[in-house]
Order: sequence, then structure tokens, then C-alpha cells
Amino acid sequence: MKPPRWADTFLSWLVAPHLREEVLGDLHERFHLRVQRLGAAKARQRYWREVLAYVRPAFMKRHPSEYPQPTHTDMISNYLKIAFRNLVKNRVYSFINIFGLATGMAVAMLIGLWIYDEVSFDKHHKNYDRIAQLWQFVTFGPEKSSYNVLPIPLAGELRSKYPDFESVSLAVSREVVLTSGDRKFTKTGKYVEPVFSRMMSVNMLAGTDAGLNDINSILLSRSAATTFFGSANPINQLIKLNNKRNLRVAGVYQDFPPNSTFSDIAFLAPWKLFVAIDAGGKDSQDKWDNNDYQLFAQLKPGADFDQVSAKIRDIRMKRDNPPAYKPEFFLHPMHKWHLYSDFKDGVNTGGLIVFVWLFGIIGGFVLLMACINFMNLSTARSEKRAKEVGIRKAVGSVRSQLIFQFFSESLLLALVAFTLSLVFVGFALPFFNQMADKKMTILWSNPGFWLVGLGFSLLTGLIAGSYPALYLSSFQPVKVLKGAFRAGRFASVPRKVLVGFQFTVSVTLIIGTIIVFRQIEYAKDRPVGYNRSGLIEISISTPELYGRYESLRNDLLGTGAVAEMAESNASVTAQAGGVANITWRGQAADLKPLLMSNRITHDYGKTVGWRLATGRDFSRQFSTDSTAVILNETAVKLMGFKNPVGEIISWGNEKYNVIGVIRDMVKESPFKPVSPSFFVLNYKAANVIHIKLAPQLSASEALAKVEQVFRSYNPAAPFDYKFVDETYGRKFGHEERIGKLAGVFAGLAILISCLGLFGLASFMAEQRTKEIGIRKVLGASVFTVWQLLSKEFVMLVGIAFCLAAPIAHYVLSDWLQNYEYRTELSWWIFALAGAGVLAVTLLMVSFQSIKAALVNPITSLRSE
Amino acid sequence: MRRSDLGEFEEVVLLAVAVLVPKAYSVMIAEELERETGQTVSTGAVHAALQRLEQKGYVTSVMGEATAERGGRRKRLFTVSALGGRVLTEVRSVRNRLWERIVPPTLLEWS
Repeated sequence: MKPPRWADTFLSWLVAPHLREEVLGDLHERFHLRVQRLGAAKARQRYWREVLAYVRPAFMKRHPSEYPQPTHTDMISNYLKIAFRNLVKNRVYSFINIFGLATGMAVAMLIGLWIYDEVSFDKHHKNYDRIAQLWQFVTFGPEKSSYNVLPIPLAGELRSKYPDFESVSLAVSREVVLTSGDRKFTKTGKYVEPVFSRMMSVNMLAGTDAGLNDINSILLSRSAATTFFGSANPINQLIKLNNKRNLRVAGVYQDFPPNSTFSDIAFLAPWKLFVAIDAGGKDSQDKWDNNDYQLFAQLKPGADFDQVSAKIRDIRMKRDNPPAYKPEFFLHPMHKWHLYSDFKDGVNTGGLIVFVWLFGIIGGFVLLMACINFMNLSTARSEKRAKEVGIRKAVGSVRSQLIFQFFSESLLLALVAFTLSLVFVGFALPFFNQMADKKMTILWSNPGFWLVGLGFSLLTGLIAGSYPALYLSSFQPVKVLKGAFRAGRFASVPRKVLVGFQFTVSVTLIIGTIIVFRQIEYAKDRPVGYNRSGLIEISISTPELYGRYESLRNDLLGTGAVAEMAESNASVTAQAGGVANITWRGQAADLKPLLMSNRITHDYGKTVGWRLATGRDFSRQFSTDSTAVILNETAVKLMGFKNPVGEIISWGNEKYNVIGVIRDMVKESPFKPVSPSFFVLNYKAANVIHIKLAPQLSASEALAKVEQVFRSYNPAAPFDYKFVDETYGRKFGHEERIGKLAGVFAGLAILISCLGLFGLASFMAEQRTKEIGIRKVLGASVFTVWQLLSKEFVMLVGIAFCLAAPIAHYVLSDWLQNYEYRTELSWWIFALAGAGVLAVTLLMVSFQSIKAALVNPITSLRSE
Repeated sequence: MRRSDLGEFEEVVLLAVAVLVPKAYSVMIAEELERETGQTVSTGAVHAALQRLEQKGYVTSVMGEATAERGGRRKRLFTVSALGGRVLTEVRSVRNRLWERIVPPTLLEWS
């Protein structure tokens, strides 16, 4: 029979330790007596009342220990006090030290978060390790190109003949107009097969993913469901697709997270539906050469991507009629989708992973620079504390205590800097997210984050504290206190090396930033071959706009807000597709190039403002223009025509007359050469309406009038338009983002090295106060003193520049190789960066050296 | 010596200690007092009173042996000090003197 355990626990906590034994003993003994007398139940009840009788101060008050507290706690409080006094005494140094380190840590943390976000892309899929997308290499010219679009029958082939595949899903992305009641929006989604939802572990919040089996159903993302139905229950509601077909909302799934390849997918619709409504899709069911569809696959556990790729590589070439472009199928595993998406001539050449490395290295360097500052200043200052070491030793400190003292001091600083850097990151993250186009948060609850952060602070503290802790603590008090202590002649060499290193990094970063921006500017200034101003585009997504070209054009021109209108199969800023079956007179036998096809209307040239090199534009006056073609200059060069106008080219079996040649239009990447392209008339292929707004009206007025016309034609669809210059500008988004990030990081790197320089310069000036005083007494001018103090730093910058220039040249010419349309590495960029750094250095050092040189020698020599 | 030094409960506890020596510790005293007064007396109250008495110097204490019922814990044994003894005697004589001065008819009225 035992007394209640809780009561005992409570008592042991309540009663002072020195009374616990007798009190608990008493209670237990009495409990036993009561059990014999009254029975267990009563005894237990009483026990609680007995326990409560001990709730009195007399029992709770702890006995003061009869031994003194451990000596270390006293000493630690002394160390902290001295550390704090040191901080306050040297405010400027403390500020530079902590602020610099915190900035460096914050930069490293931001970059770390960015890298974490990039590396964790798509990782939320449960079958992350087993999913792949099918790609193919094709050979049109001398090099293999890669495409992630494939023919439909390949899916069936993989399913039936290759047991390595667990599931295979066809997919295609489309931008459609969805309408529910008076809410209409343009949304991007995917038509997929039913296995897709399990393969990609789509998280259904309501309804079921069985809707993908039903041709009249659609699954919406949670955010899309909210935009259409608000707080009402979306399940079984009707939603109209492209104003043609009513679909039932069969389920709502959780949005794919922002760091997912599918993050912009607002709906999932059944593949069957796509086949039913899309003429191309229906037509391509068993066509092995219609490469227009995506294919996702999940392998069985244990299957290897490379081995399976090798097995499926030649599926097409083994069939009848192998095409001339020699397709080779392969699997691109999900863990490479985001970071390794570039292929060159049949080999994966990386992709965004370059930037992960680049920023990782920059972050590492910035952090390293901050640490160097921290160490430099700590060691420089610590020489001043030799006397303190002497006194401490004289009154009985042993060496281990001094080591402990200096370490605890630098650890304290490092931890303060870490805390401060968390604050910085908290403030900077929204801006950083905007700049990097991400949605990152600080990983407060991630133990790894804390481990790395604190571990790093600890390491910095230990390294920075190692010099004073290990070296200063070895001094003999007699020598130090007599004043015989002197730092060796070479004590400052490591410091100089570190400063030189900092400048090398800074100069490299500055040159890099200038080059990135020059490259962007260079590509932006490239002649694009058409006029972007006032040009808008509207995509044709609902049947109301098809086949009404003339009346729509007349109505739009009638408003006076529109200068010209045309239609074509694709946006001016994108290339819809190419064909490989063009032949011409004098074609080399082995030349089967891919020519970009553009199907346009008569007014296209005038609307986009292209520039004719020779020949004429399409015209309604020539009825023969239905078999006319206009080439771009690259195509003419490829075909080798001397006098292109009048030549005849064949597209399949049809013959086309070349009537004109236009200057190259930059439709794709502004960093790449223009592809050979041709333009033919075809009113039925229209997908996009191009409108040139009249320049005499303001854009908003003109748009209002255009919208009215569209509303009358197409009341069901939203009036969604895009300005071509904005769409074009987005082609630079990636480069601009990198440029901005590199600029910010370079700026911070320079700031940190300037802080360090400032601190060191002022320290040196202070150390040489007496020397300067004596020099002045002997007749030195302010200028010579300034020269004396600045010379050293200028030399350091010089050396740093000599190191940085070749490094920057090497790295950047490598980077520029990625762009076929690229700027030059001019010498003046290097000169400018060098001069800039020199100027900043002189500014920092001069401030200190002139201040030191102006001091009256009487004040500096008076003491002693 | 000020009379107010000794509270009524303390006096009873002190007496119990004197009665139970050499086996006077909180449990025994509480049991004894329960038996004598018929009311529940908690060891906590007794222990607190003993602490006060010890502070005032009326009792002294040593740690005694451990027993199984106590879970192997030792008990604190109390003895009345000389000072405590003197205080008890004094209190008693004050009471006795007063008792003797009560006239017999009043005593008869009570019984």
C-alpha cells in the first residue's frame, strides 16, 4: 500500500530539500498507521489533507547552501561585465564589429533560405524519387535539340510493353476561360489522365479525384474554387469552359505550393474531355509524329531512370517510317526538373543549379568577409588589452581562466550578431522575396536552421577569439606591466592578407555586377524588328471571336481608338512552332532545318510594324497572295538566295512564292539568334488578336473603347489583354533578377569591407599617435602624414585588383558564353571597378589619417 | 522571559515532547495529541510548531534511525532543552497559582 504518488511529487517540489527526508518520512509512517486503523481509502483522503498542511513558508523556504557558490559563476559575471565595459568603451569598434558580422550573417541566411527553397522544389510530392517527365532529343540541324512534348501513342506503348512504368499520364496545359454565373476568369490548367492525381499526390480537400474519369467534370484548386464560388460549397456546381461546355466541379484540391512546377495550375480536367473538344488532340490519337503533348511517368520502385531511358530511347526509330529528325525518348527525373532543365546537343548542361552555386559562393564569401572583419578588429583591439592580461595574471588568474574569458567574450559578440541578423532577415525578407520572386519564410521551427545558425555563430566566436585567447594569455605579466611588450613586426601580416582578400572579393563582385547589367542593357537595346509601343494582344479563347475577322476589324477601326488590327496563330513575343518539311531550290541534301511557321492575316505587318528588307507585304490586291510567303533575313541566309523575291519554296506538297523579306523579328529569347522563319496567310489558324492602339488617345481611353467592342462580341469572356512591351520585358526577368541580387550582394560586400577598413584604419592611426606627433614636431606636413598612413592600404587595394581582374575575367567570360547575343568584356569596366574601390578606400582611410595628422603634437605627446 | 513566547499549541507540543522522550518525533506527537484531544492533528502543524520551538531554543533535535514504513527515511527526534523545561515549569506554576485562587463554589458550578 503506497500513498498517492502525485501528492509526493507535489511535496518534493514544494518542500525545501533539507526538510524533504523527514517530512516525507513522517507522512509515510502516518499513512501506514492510518491504513491499519481506518483502511486505505480514508488514509489516502487524509494523506492529501496532511500534505496541504505543509503549504507554509516555513517548509517552502530553501535553506541557504552552507558552501559558497561555484567560483566560475562569479568569474563569468565578471567576464561579462568586463566584456560589456569593453563594448561600451569602444563604441565605434563594437558597432562595426557586431553590425558587420550581423550583416554578413543576414546575407548568408537570406541566400541560404533561397538555396533551401530552390533545392526543395517539387519535394512535396510523395513519389518525388520515382516521377519523371518524358522528353525527346531531335536532330534538325547539326545539333540535337530537346523537347518535352511527345506523341500521344507513346503513352500506350509505355503502358503496355514496358513493365518498369507503374503509371503513365498524358497531359497538356491550356489557358482557358472559365465562367460561373457572372464570374469569368482566364485560368491555366492541365488536362490529365486519372492516374495523374495519385502520381503527383494531389491532395483532395473536398469531393473526389474520380472526376478525372468523367468527361463532364473538372477539379479546381482551392484558390480557384474560392474565386468562383466564394465561401459557398463548390462541389457539384456548374462551371462553363471556354463558353462552350458545362462542367461539374467534382472536387477541390489543395493548391500546389509555390515551389512546385505545377504552382500555376488552377484546374485539372479529364484528358478524355480534351480529346473530345480539341480537334488537334482528336486527330493526334495515333499519330506518332504529332509531338504536342506532355507525358508524365512514375516508375516502379527500384527502377533506374537511366536504364529505363536507354530501353525506351529508340521506340520511334524501330517503328515504320522513322522520321528524319530521329527522335530519342528519355526520362527527365523530377528531382532535376527545376535545377537541371537545360540540354545542349543531347546532354544535360544544368540550368538554375548554376545560380544556386553562384549565390552560394557569393553568400559564403560575404560571410567570410564579415568574419574576417570580426577577427581583424578583435585581434587588433586585443593588443590593447595586454595590460589587463598582466593585471589579471598578477592577481592570480591562471591561463585557462584567461582563455575562457576571451572565448566567452567573442562568443557573446557572435551571439549578439546572430540575434541581430535574425532581425535584419525578418525585415529584409519581404523585399528579398519580391526581388527573387519567391515566397520564403524564416524557418523558425526547423531544427536544422537553428543548428546551422548557432553552430556557425559558435564557430565564428571561437575562431575570432582564438588569437587573444591563446596568444595574449601566454604573456608574462612582468614584461607586460613593465611596458616591454611589443607586438612583433609581422603581427599585422595576416591582417593585411585578410584585408587584401576582402578587396579581391569586392572588386570581383563589382565587375560581375557591372557586366550582368551591361549584358541586360545590351540585349534590351537590340533591334527587335517590330514596334512594341501601343501594341496589345488578346488571345482568342471563346468561339464568339472566331471567323469574324472583318467585322471585328471594322468595328475596332471605327472606334478611332485603334490604328490597326490583325490576327495570327501566336503572340509576337513567342514562337508557336516550326516545321521541318520545307524544301527549296538548291537545298543541300543533308540540310533538313526547322523553320518557324507563322500564320497571319493581311494586316499583321502593319499592326506589329515589321520592316521589309526587300519585296512587298501581303496585299488584298493580289489574290495570288494566298500562296505567297514572306521570309525573314535568317531564313534567306539559310536558303542562300541571292534574289529571294520570286523564288519558290515548297511546304510539303504545296508551293509558295516568296514575295518579300523582313528584317529579323526577335520573338523568342533576346539573348539568342533569331530562328529562320516564314509567314503565310491563314485566317483559320488565328489564336491571337493583335491591336495597335491609336497614338493620339491615351492608353486607358483607347482600352475602354476596345473593351466595349469586345463586350458586344463576346459578353461571356473576360477582357484580358497584354501589352507587348510588358510581355517582352518579362523575357529579361530572370537576368534582371540575377543582376539585382548580384548588385545588392556586391553592395553589401563592399559595405562590409569598408566597415572593416574603417575600423582598421582608425586603429592604426590611434596606435601611431605618438609617432605622428614626433614626426610633426620634426617638421612633417599633414600631407606626408596622410601619405604615410594611406600608402599601405592603397598598396593592398592594388594587389587585390591585380588578383581580382583575371578571376573576374575568367568567370564572366565563361558566363557570357551562355548567351549567343552578348556584350564585350571591355577594359574600362575593370578600370572603373578598380578606380571606384580605390576612391572608396582613400575616402575611408583619409578620413582617419587626416584626423590623426591634424592632431596637435602637444596633445598626443603630453602623456607619459 | 516573556510569556507570549509560547503559543498554546506550542505549549501542548512541547509537553508532548517531554512526555514522549526519547521517542518524540512529529508522527508520535501528532498521534498522541489526537488521542488526547480527540481532534485531528496534522504532522505538518506539529512539525511547524517543533521548528518554531527549536528556533526559540526550547527543544533540540537529532536525526534518528530509518524504518521501512518511512520508505527508508530517517526521522527527526526531539528532546526538551533545559530552557524549554524551565519555560514549561514556569507556565505550569502560573497556571497552578491561578487555579488555586479559583473559589470552590465556582468550581462546583462548572461540574
